[in-house]
Amino acid sequence: MNTCIKKIRELSADLLEKGEVEKVIGFAKGTIPMATSPIAIQKKQDVNKLVFNSTCGLNLANYVSKGKGKIAVVTKGCDDRNIVTHIVENQIQRDQIYIIGVPCTGMVDKPKIAALFEDEILEFSEDNDTLTVSSLLKTQTLKKQDYLKGNCFYCTHKNPVLYDVLAADLVEEQKLDNLFPDVDQIETLDEDAKWNHFENLTKNCIRCYACRNACPLCYCPTCFVDESDPQWVGKGQDKTDVNTFHFLRAFHCAGRCTDCGACVEACPMGINVRDFTRKLNKDVLQLFGWEAGLDMIKRPPLDTYRPEDPDDFIK
Amino acid sequence: MGNLLEHMGIERDRVHFSWISSAEATKFVDVVKEISDKVKGLGLNKKFVKDYN
Repeated sequence: MNTCIKKIRELSADLLEKGEVEKVIGFAKGTIPMATSPIAIQKKQDVNKLVFNSTCGLNLANYVSKGKGKIAVVTKGCDDRNIVTHIVENQIQRDQIYIIGVPCTGMVDKPKIAALFEDEILEFSEDNDTLTVSSLLKTQTLKKQDYLKGNCFYCTHKNPVLYDVLAADLVEEQKLDNLFPDVDQIETLDEDAKWNHFENLTKNCIRCYACRNACPLCYCPTCFVDESDPQWVGKGQDKTDVNTFHFLRAFHCAGRCTDCGACVEACPMGINVRDFTRKLNKDVLQLFGWEAGLDMIKRPPLDTYRPEDPDDFIK
Repeated sequence: MGNLLEHMGIERDRVHFSWISSAEATKFVDVVKEISDKVKGLGLNKKFVKDYN
Protein backbone atom coordinates (compact mmCIF):
# COMPACT_ATOMS: atom_id res chain seq x y z
CA MET A 1 0.00 0.00 0.00
CA ASN A 2 2.98 2.30 0.60
CA THR A 3 4.15 2.11 -2.98
CA CYS A 4 0.79 2.87 -4.57
CA ILE A 5 0.99 6.51 -3.55
CA LYS A 6 3.77 7.07 -6.09
CA LYS A 7 1.50 5.73 -8.80
CA ILE A 8 -1.46 7.79 -7.53
CA ARG A 9 0.64 10.97 -7.67
CA GLU A 10 1.98 10.18 -11.14
CA LEU A 11 -1.47 9.44 -12.50
CA SER A 12 -2.94 12.55 -10.88
CA ALA A 13 -0.20 14.81 -12.21
CA ASP A 14 -0.67 13.36 -15.65
CA LEU A 15 -4.45 13.80 -15.61
CA LEU A 16 -4.20 17.39 -14.39
CA GLU A 17 -1.48 18.28 -16.84
CA LYS A 18 -3.43 16.93 -19.80
CA GLY A 19 -6.51 18.72 -18.51
CA GLU A 20 -8.48 15.49 -18.56
CA VAL A 21 -9.90 16.22 -15.17
CA GLU A 22 -10.69 19.40 -13.29
CA LYS A 23 -9.54 18.04 -9.96
CA VAL A 24 -8.36 14.93 -8.21
CA ILE A 25 -10.07 13.94 -4.99
CA GLY A 26 -7.80 11.99 -2.70
CA PHE A 27 -6.49 11.84 0.81
CA ALA A 28 -4.08 14.32 2.37
CA LYS A 29 -2.04 14.05 5.54
CA GLY A 30 -4.11 15.03 8.56
CA THR A 31 -3.18 17.62 11.17
CA ILE A 32 -2.46 14.97 13.77
CA PRO A 33 -0.66 11.62 13.46
CA MET A 34 -2.77 8.65 12.31
CA ALA A 35 -5.23 10.88 10.49
CA THR A 36 -5.97 11.80 6.91
CA SER A 37 -8.47 14.18 5.41
CA PRO A 38 -10.08 14.42 1.99
CA ILE A 39 -8.47 16.89 -0.40
CA ALA A 40 -9.26 18.18 -3.89
CA ILE A 41 -6.11 18.80 -5.93
CA GLN A 42 -6.48 21.20 -8.83
CA LYS A 43 -2.87 22.01 -9.67
CA LYS A 44 -0.23 19.57 -10.84
CA GLN A 45 2.35 20.93 -8.41
CA ASP A 46 0.11 20.01 -5.48
CA VAL A 47 -0.01 16.27 -6.16
CA ASN A 48 2.62 15.59 -3.52
CA LYS A 49 0.00 16.53 -0.96
CA LEU A 50 -1.77 13.28 -1.80
CA VAL A 51 -1.17 10.36 0.56
CA PHE A 52 -2.53 6.87 0.87
CA ASN A 53 -2.07 4.65 3.88
CA SER A 54 -4.01 2.58 6.39
CA THR A 55 -5.61 5.60 8.02
CA CYS A 56 -7.69 6.62 4.99
CA GLY A 57 -10.91 5.38 6.56
CA LEU A 58 -13.25 8.03 5.15
CA ASN A 59 -15.17 7.46 1.94
CA LEU A 60 -14.23 9.72 -0.98
CA ALA A 61 -17.36 8.79 -2.93
CA ASN A 62 -18.99 11.31 -0.59
CA TYR A 63 -17.28 14.16 -2.43
CA VAL A 64 -17.81 13.26 -6.07
CA SER A 65 -21.38 14.27 -6.69
CA LYS A 66 -20.85 17.87 -5.73
CA GLY A 67 -18.52 18.74 -8.62
CA LYS A 68 -19.54 19.87 -12.11
CA GLY A 69 -16.61 19.12 -14.44
CA LYS A 70 -14.89 15.77 -14.82
CA ILE A 71 -13.21 14.71 -11.62
CA ALA A 72 -10.78 11.99 -10.73
CA VAL A 73 -11.18 10.16 -7.47
CA VAL A 74 -8.99 7.76 -5.55
CA THR A 75 -11.10 4.83 -4.41
CA LYS A 76 -10.75 1.83 -2.16
CA GLY A 77 -12.97 -1.18 -2.82
CA CYS A 78 -15.80 0.19 -0.69
CA ASP A 79 -15.59 3.80 -1.99
CA ASP A 80 -15.70 2.34 -5.45
CA ARG A 81 -18.92 0.46 -4.74
CA ASN A 82 -20.39 3.72 -3.50
CA ILE A 83 -19.49 5.38 -6.79
CA VAL A 84 -21.32 2.57 -8.59
CA THR A 85 -24.28 3.26 -6.29
CA HIS A 86 -24.05 6.97 -7.17
CA ILE A 87 -24.16 6.10 -10.87
CA VAL A 88 -27.09 3.69 -10.36
CA GLU A 89 -28.92 6.40 -8.40
CA ASN A 90 -28.18 9.05 -11.04
CA GLN A 91 -26.08 11.19 -8.75
CA ILE A 92 -23.25 11.24 -11.25
CA GLN A 93 -22.67 10.06 -14.79
CA ARG A 94 -19.99 7.50 -15.53
CA ASP A 95 -18.23 9.81 -18.00
CA GLN A 96 -18.02 12.57 -15.41
CA ILE A 97 -15.66 10.60 -13.28
CA TYR A 98 -12.22 9.10 -13.64
CA ILE A 99 -11.60 6.39 -11.09
CA ILE A 100 -8.13 5.67 -9.74
CA GLY A 101 -8.78 2.34 -8.05
CA VAL A 102 -6.69 1.24 -5.11
CA PRO A 103 -6.86 -2.44 -4.10
CA CYS A 104 -7.15 -2.08 -0.36
CA THR A 105 -5.57 -4.14 2.38
CA GLY A 106 -7.76 -2.67 5.08
CA MET A 107 -7.83 0.41 7.24
CA VAL A 108 -6.82 0.56 10.88
CA ASP A 109 -9.05 1.01 13.88
CA LYS A 110 -7.66 4.26 15.31
CA PRO A 111 -9.46 4.22 18.69
CA LYS A 112 -8.27 0.65 19.25
CA ILE A 113 -4.65 1.69 18.67
CA ALA A 114 -5.04 4.87 20.72
CA ALA A 115 -6.35 2.76 23.61
CA LEU A 116 -2.95 1.04 23.86
CA PHE A 117 -1.33 4.32 24.81
CA GLU A 118 -1.76 6.36 27.95
CA ASP A 119 -0.53 9.53 26.30
CA GLU A 120 -0.94 11.11 22.91
CA ILE A 121 0.28 9.31 19.80
CA LEU A 122 3.03 11.35 18.15
CA GLU A 123 4.03 9.17 15.25
CA PHE A 124 2.48 6.52 13.07
CA SER A 125 4.17 4.67 10.27
CA GLU A 126 3.57 1.42 8.43
CA ASP A 127 5.46 -1.07 6.38
CA ASN A 128 3.17 -3.55 4.69
CA ASP A 129 1.65 -5.50 7.58
CA THR A 130 3.56 -3.86 10.37
CA LEU A 131 2.49 -0.68 12.10
CA THR A 132 4.85 1.35 14.25
CA VAL A 133 3.18 3.72 16.64
CA SER A 134 4.98 5.97 19.10
CA SER A 135 4.09 8.34 21.87
CA LEU A 136 6.40 10.11 24.32
CA LEU A 137 6.30 7.16 26.69
CA LYS A 138 6.73 4.23 24.32
CA THR A 139 6.99 2.88 20.80
CA GLN A 140 4.96 -0.13 19.86
CA THR A 141 5.08 -2.38 16.82
CA LEU A 142 1.73 -3.86 15.87
CA LYS A 143 0.43 -6.33 13.34
CA LYS A 144 -1.99 -4.50 11.07
CA GLN A 145 -4.21 -7.56 10.81
CA ASP A 146 -4.96 -7.37 14.56
CA TYR A 147 -5.98 -3.71 14.38
CA LEU A 148 -8.22 -3.59 11.32
CA LYS A 149 -11.44 -1.61 11.43
CA GLY A 150 -14.50 -3.77 12.07
CA ASN A 151 -15.79 -3.42 8.52
CA CYS A 152 -12.37 -4.18 6.97
CA PHE A 153 -12.19 -7.31 9.06
CA TYR A 154 -15.29 -8.71 7.33
CA CYS A 155 -14.55 -7.13 3.94
CA THR A 156 -14.89 -9.37 0.89
CA HIS A 157 -14.57 -6.62 -1.74
CA LYS A 158 -11.13 -5.13 -1.24
CA ASN A 159 -10.59 -4.60 -4.94
CA PRO A 160 -12.38 -1.83 -6.80
CA VAL A 161 -15.15 -3.11 -9.09
CA LEU A 162 -15.21 -0.17 -11.50
CA TYR A 163 -12.08 1.77 -12.40
CA ASP A 164 -10.26 3.53 -15.19
CA VAL A 165 -6.85 2.70 -13.83
CA LEU A 166 -5.42 0.77 -10.91
CA ALA A 167 -2.77 2.21 -8.61
CA ALA A 168 -1.51 -1.22 -7.52
CA ASP A 169 -1.92 -4.90 -8.28
CA LEU A 170 -5.20 -6.51 -7.32
CA VAL A 171 -5.16 -8.19 -3.92
CA GLU A 172 -6.60 -11.54 -2.97
CA GLU A 173 -10.15 -11.34 -1.62
CA GLN A 174 -10.81 -13.13 1.62
CA LYS A 175 -13.42 -15.88 1.69
CA LEU A 176 -15.60 -15.91 4.77
CA ASP A 177 -18.01 -18.67 5.78
CA ASN A 178 -20.12 -16.21 7.68
CA LEU A 179 -20.17 -12.58 6.62
CA PHE A 180 -22.21 -11.41 9.60
CA PRO A 181 -21.10 -13.10 12.85
CA ASP A 182 -21.58 -9.80 14.71
CA VAL A 183 -25.21 -9.52 13.55
CA ASP A 184 -25.84 -13.18 14.39
CA GLN A 185 -24.59 -12.59 17.89
CA ILE A 186 -27.10 -9.79 18.51
CA GLU A 187 -29.83 -11.95 16.99
CA THR A 188 -29.30 -14.61 19.65
CA LEU A 189 -30.24 -12.14 22.40
CA ASP A 190 -33.79 -11.90 23.73
CA GLU A 191 -35.94 -8.84 23.00
CA ASP A 192 -35.04 -6.88 26.12
CA ALA A 193 -31.35 -7.63 25.78
CA LYS A 194 -31.45 -6.47 22.15
CA TRP A 195 -33.16 -3.27 23.18
CA ASN A 196 -30.61 -2.71 25.93
CA HIS A 197 -27.80 -3.34 23.49
CA PHE A 198 -29.00 -0.59 21.17
CA GLU A 199 -29.88 1.80 23.98
CA ASN A 200 -26.39 1.40 25.41
CA LEU A 201 -24.89 1.71 21.95
CA THR A 202 -26.44 5.10 21.31
CA LYS A 203 -26.43 6.49 24.84
CA ASN A 204 -23.37 8.68 24.18
CA CYS A 205 -24.67 10.01 20.86
CA ILE A 206 -24.48 13.80 20.74
CA ARG A 207 -26.52 14.11 17.54
CA CYS A 208 -23.65 15.76 15.68
CA TYR A 209 -24.68 13.90 12.51
CA ALA A 210 -21.06 13.22 11.62
CA CYS A 211 -22.12 9.66 10.66
CA ARG A 212 -24.62 11.09 8.22
CA ASN A 213 -22.23 13.68 6.81
CA ALA A 214 -19.47 11.13 6.26
CA CYS A 215 -21.85 8.80 4.44
CA PRO A 216 -21.88 8.98 0.64
CA LEU A 217 -25.46 7.69 0.65
CA CYS A 218 -26.73 10.72 2.57
CA TYR A 219 -26.98 13.23 -0.25
CA CYS A 220 -30.57 14.45 0.27
CA PRO A 221 -30.68 18.27 0.03
CA THR A 222 -32.64 18.34 3.28
CA CYS A 223 -32.17 15.41 5.60
CA PHE A 224 -35.23 14.20 7.51
CA VAL A 225 -33.55 15.17 10.78
CA ASP A 226 -33.15 18.79 9.67
CA GLU A 227 -36.69 19.13 8.42
CA SER A 228 -38.83 21.22 10.77
CA ASP A 229 -42.13 21.21 8.90
CA PRO A 230 -43.10 18.47 9.38
CA GLN A 231 -40.67 17.55 12.10
CA TRP A 232 -40.14 13.84 11.67
CA VAL A 233 -37.97 13.40 14.73
CA GLY A 234 -37.27 15.47 17.86
CA LYS A 235 -33.99 17.33 17.76
CA GLY A 236 -32.89 16.96 21.37
CA GLN A 237 -30.99 14.36 23.34
CA ASP A 238 -34.09 12.38 24.28
CA LYS A 239 -33.08 8.75 23.94
CA THR A 240 -36.19 7.92 21.90
CA ASP A 241 -35.31 10.65 19.41
CA VAL A 242 -31.69 9.52 19.31
CA ASN A 243 -32.72 5.94 18.60
CA THR A 244 -35.29 7.07 16.03
CA PHE A 245 -32.56 8.99 14.22
CA HIS A 246 -30.24 5.98 14.16
CA PHE A 247 -33.00 3.60 13.15
CA LEU A 248 -34.16 5.77 10.27
CA ARG A 249 -30.67 6.70 9.13
CA ALA A 250 -29.85 3.01 8.89
CA PHE A 251 -33.05 2.23 7.07
CA HIS A 252 -32.38 4.91 4.48
CA CYS A 253 -29.19 2.97 3.70
CA ALA A 254 -30.97 -0.36 3.18
CA GLY A 255 -29.69 -2.12 0.07
CA ARG A 256 -27.28 0.76 -0.57
CA CYS A 257 -24.76 0.49 2.24
CA THR A 258 -21.36 -0.90 1.24
CA ASP A 259 -20.20 -1.18 4.87
CA CYS A 260 -17.34 1.24 4.22
CA GLY A 261 -17.28 2.21 7.88
CA ALA A 262 -17.02 5.96 7.25
CA CYS A 263 -19.87 6.52 9.73
CA VAL A 264 -17.94 4.78 12.50
CA GLU A 265 -14.71 6.49 11.44
CA ALA A 266 -16.39 9.89 11.74
CA CYS A 267 -18.14 9.29 15.05
CA PRO A 268 -16.48 11.36 17.78
CA MET A 269 -18.13 9.27 20.48
CA GLY A 270 -16.92 5.90 19.22
CA ILE A 271 -20.39 4.50 18.54
CA ASN A 272 -20.43 1.46 16.29
CA VAL A 273 -23.40 2.65 14.22
CA ARG A 274 -22.72 -0.23 11.84
CA ASP A 275 -24.66 -2.43 14.27
CA PHE A 276 -27.78 -0.95 12.64
CA THR A 277 -26.72 -0.99 8.99
CA ARG A 278 -25.13 -4.44 9.14
CA LYS A 279 -28.46 -6.04 10.00
CA LEU A 280 -29.97 -4.51 6.86
CA ASN A 281 -27.00 -5.61 4.76
CA LYS A 282 -27.52 -9.14 6.03
CA ASP A 283 -31.26 -9.04 5.29
CA VAL A 284 -30.76 -7.65 1.81
CA LEU A 285 -28.22 -10.35 1.02
CA GLN A 286 -30.41 -13.14 2.37
CA LEU A 287 -33.75 -11.93 1.00
CA PHE A 288 -32.68 -10.47 -2.33
CA GLY A 289 -29.18 -11.88 -2.89
CA TRP A 290 -27.97 -8.31 -3.17
CA GLU A 291 -24.76 -6.58 -2.24
CA ALA A 292 -24.66 -2.87 -3.00
CA GLY A 293 -22.45 -1.35 -5.64
CA LEU A 294 -21.39 -4.42 -7.57
CA ASP A 295 -23.46 -3.88 -10.68
CA MET A 296 -24.21 -0.76 -12.72
CA ILE A 297 -27.06 -2.34 -14.68
CA LYS A 298 -29.17 -4.15 -12.10
CA ARG A 299 -31.66 -2.06 -10.16
CA PRO A 300 -31.37 -2.15 -6.35
CA PRO A 301 -33.90 -4.32 -4.51
CA LEU A 302 -35.83 -1.42 -2.97
CA ASP A 303 -36.12 0.19 -6.38
CA THR A 304 -37.76 -2.66 -8.20
CA TYR A 305 -40.49 -5.27 -7.89
CA ARG A 306 -40.28 -8.95 -8.63
CA PRO A 307 -43.23 -11.32 -8.16
CA GLU A 308 -40.98 -13.64 -6.16
CA ASP A 309 -39.99 -10.93 -3.66
CA PRO A 310 -40.46 -12.16 -0.09
CA ASP A 311 -43.86 -11.00 1.16
CA ASP A 312 -44.56 -12.99 4.31
CA PHE A 313 -44.66 -9.78 6.36
CA ILE A 314 -47.76 -8.42 4.65
CA LYS A 315 -51.31 -9.59 5.14
CA MET B 1 -38.24 -2.64 8.42
CA GLY B 2 -39.93 -5.19 10.62
CA ASN B 3 -36.69 -7.14 10.70
CA LEU B 4 -34.63 -4.18 11.87
CA LEU B 5 -37.21 -3.26 14.52
CA GLU B 6 -37.15 -6.85 15.72
CA HIS B 7 -33.36 -6.72 15.69
CA MET B 8 -33.54 -3.69 17.98
CA GLY B 9 -35.79 -5.57 20.38
CA ILE B 10 -39.24 -4.35 19.31
CA GLU B 11 -41.72 -7.24 19.41
CA ARG B 12 -42.59 -8.40 15.90
CA ASP B 13 -46.34 -8.25 16.52
CA ARG B 14 -46.31 -4.52 17.23
CA VAL B 15 -45.77 -3.64 13.59
CA HIS B 16 -48.17 -4.88 10.94
CA PHE B 17 -48.24 -4.38 7.21
CA SER B 18 -51.29 -4.90 5.05
CA TRP B 19 -52.60 -3.86 1.68
CA ILE B 20 -56.34 -3.29 1.86
CA SER B 21 -58.42 -1.89 -0.96
CA SER B 22 -61.22 0.56 -0.14
CA ALA B 23 -63.60 -2.16 -1.33
CA GLU B 24 -62.32 -4.68 1.20
CA ALA B 25 -64.22 -3.64 4.30
CA THR B 26 -64.31 -7.14 5.76
CA LYS B 27 -60.56 -7.58 5.27
CA PHE B 28 -60.01 -4.25 7.04
CA VAL B 29 -62.12 -5.40 10.01
CA ASP B 30 -60.29 -8.74 10.18
CA VAL B 31 -56.87 -7.13 10.04
CA VAL B 32 -57.67 -4.52 12.68
CA LYS B 33 -59.13 -7.19 14.96
CA GLU B 34 -56.03 -9.32 14.55
CA ILE B 35 -53.74 -6.37 15.18
CA SER B 36 -55.56 -5.23 18.30
CA ASP B 37 -55.66 -8.79 19.69
CA LYS B 38 -51.95 -9.26 19.11
CA VAL B 39 -50.98 -5.88 20.54
CA LYS B 40 -53.21 -6.38 23.58
CA GLY B 41 -51.53 -9.72 24.08
CA LEU B 42 -48.14 -8.03 24.16
CA GLY B 43 -49.22 -5.52 26.79
CA LEU B 44 -47.94 -2.01 27.30
CA ASN B 45 -45.10 -0.90 25.05
CA LYS B 46 -42.10 0.45 26.93
CA LYS B 47 -39.68 0.81 24.02
CA PHE B 48 -39.46 3.77 21.67
CA VAL B 49 -41.72 5.73 24.03
CA LYS B 50 -40.93 9.38 24.49
CA ASP B 51 -41.15 10.70 28.03
CA TYR B 52 -42.49 14.24 27.81
CA ASN B 53 -42.29 14.91 31.56
